[in-house]
Amino acid sequence: MTWRDILASGWDAIRTHKLRSALTSLGILIGIAAVVLTVGLGQGAQQQVSKQLSALGGNLLIVTPGSSTTGGVRGGFGSASTLTTADAAALTSSTAAPDISAVAPILQSANQSLVSGANNWTTTVVGTSPDWDTVRGRSLAAGRFLTAADESSAAAVTVLAPDTATELFGPLDPVGQTVTINSVPFQVVGLLTSAGSDSTTNLDDQAIVPITTAAQRIVGGTSRTSVQSIYIKAASPSRLSGAYQEANAILQLRHSITAGSTTDYSISTQQAVVQTTSKVNNTLTTLLIGIAALSLLVGGIGVMNIMLVSVRERTREIGLRKALGGTPSMIRRQFLSEASMLGLTGGLLGVGLGIGAAISLRHLITNPVAISVPWILIAIVVAAVIGIGFGVYPAARAARLSPIEALRSE
Amino acid sequence: MASPAVAIAEPRIAPVIDLHDVRKVYRTGEIAVEALRGVSLAIDPGEFVAIMGPSGSGKSTLMHILGCLDVPTSGNYWLAGEDVSDMDEVELADVRNRRIGFVFQQFNLLPSMTALRNVELPLAYAGVHRDERRRRALEALDRVGLADRVTHRPGELSGGQQQRVAVARALVTDPAMILADEPTGNLDSAASEDVLRLFAEVHGQGRTVILITHEPDVADRAARIVKLRDGGIA
Repeated sequence: MTWRDILASGWDAIRTHKLRSALTSLGILIGIAAVVLTVGLGQGAQQQVSKQLSALGGNLLIVTPGSSTTGGVRGGFGSASTLTTADAAALTSSTAAPDISAVAPILQSANQSLVSGANNWTTTVVGTSPDWDTVRGRSLAAGRFLTAADESSAAAVTVLAPDTATELFGPLDPVGQTVTINSVPFQVVGLLTSAGSDSTTNLDDQAIVPITTAAQRIVGGTSRTSVQSIYIKAASPSRLSGAYQEANAILQLRHSITAGSTTDYSISTQQAVVQTTSKVNNTLTTLLIGIAALSLLVGGIGVMNIMLVSVRERTREIGLRKALGGTPSMIRRQFLSEASMLGLTGGLLGVGLGIGAAISLRHLITNPVAISVPWILIAIVVAAVIGIGFGVYPAARAARLSPIEALRSE
Repeated sequence: MASPAVAIAEPRIAPVIDLHDVRKVYRTGEIAVEALRGVSLAIDPGEFVAIMGPSGSGKSTLMHILGCLDVPTSGNYWLAGEDVSDMDEVELADVRNRRIGFVFQQFNLLPSMTALRNVELPLAYAGVHRDERRRRALEALDRVGLADRVTHRPGELSGGQQQRVAVARALVTDPAMILADEPTGNLDSAASEDVLRLFAEVHGQGRTVILITHEPDVADRAARIVKLRDGGIA
């Protein structure tokens, strides 16, 4: 008996009882479809999270000003900036902060009107250092980014995000054009590539200027050295906590904060926010996979049940096959192949249904749904293994039957 | 007791079946039933033998042992020179496949398979290559006069035709003997006649045929009748 003969006899048995086989496969089908869909949702969420992470700039720490206490008057949170450009400069020290690879102080102003000829557009103007692109993980589509020379001379130059450039210049190349911000003509020196949006802001709609220029010409105010926040990029994800401790130590020293007193700044990681999101996602995914596994178990029991019925029904056939020279192991293989085909059929159809559902879900909900090829292959293998696993006992019973008893049965 | 021993002592061709004091005891709990009480029997190649006996005579038990479906409790059984009395399940399956062509009362054809595939089945277990299988199965079906029915399923054939397919299946492996257990028990008289004529034909071609029956007129077709009574040869 070749494998081909064994598979043919398994397929024969399935075809003979079409409805019964279909219903049995349905159990596996639902389980596998649930697995494909669940993994798709989970991986989709994971991809979204990592996309957000990279949109934020990986390995990112954000220092924000806390409450300040001046002359006994305790100001509200963020009421006055306690952070300065000097703080930012101190954080770049490679000896005191070896785990910090780049630092970008931020001084930004929302709702600035940008004018170019007849076009005007209201957006956020971000004053920052030449390291901003590194820190935020942004790249340039055209031109150049801000330079140290721009910063030291407070040059009237700007780098535009793609949406802003399109609003102001349409299809024209913005590099080399002039845009007026707060009555000051700025030369456009660069264009950023698209980065999508994080949870709160459109990263593709902003104008980047040197922080010195922003302090002098756009934001104004009394203190020309204060900044609204400082973005810190750690050298690698594993060195993020080192970077955190170094930044904290430097700022404590600079702000004369002793043990026990409250800091006038806070350091947060965007990852903490993202991790919370992924934790929720993971919990949900685990729960759904648990349900899927349960339904696969039920499906497997269905396969076992039907296989036991099949063995009982075909006792005479088993007796005949033994009389004609079928050994116990050949009989066992025949029933195992039948069970695995039930599983496999359910698995293949389940994968089909899962993919179909994933594609239609993409149109119904905003969450991305991934279709993962390795997981689909795993699901198909799992379905066949469930068929075989739950077929072992019925097949063993068939193999054990005595040919005499089997031939005698009605 | 002495006469069969004398028969095998004669310097003739080696018998295809040689039973020596075969006993079979069935135990159910405390009770032991002796179904065969020392049967000795020799059947030569090319013989047409009918084994007869009322129910309870040990006829079925003898058929099971002759068919290598069961092994004797004591005694020896040589089938075509091979001692099969102590074989295990796997060895017995192999002997059944190579040496014995079964024909059953209930035909025992697989309903989902065509006549051709039913006849091919023992060859599949023998590991014969597909093309060879097909060729030999077609030949066997031709020999029983069903060359035009090869693609029919059992449900589309008459009882007599089904039993002819079963005979073709028994012949296809070129076995040492055809063992037919009440082959006409499920057939009307015309179909019975038809099948019995087929057995006579098969016998005429030089095959060993053993018929197990309780009907005297069926047994009369055989050249030799072995009568069983109370687990022994009468």
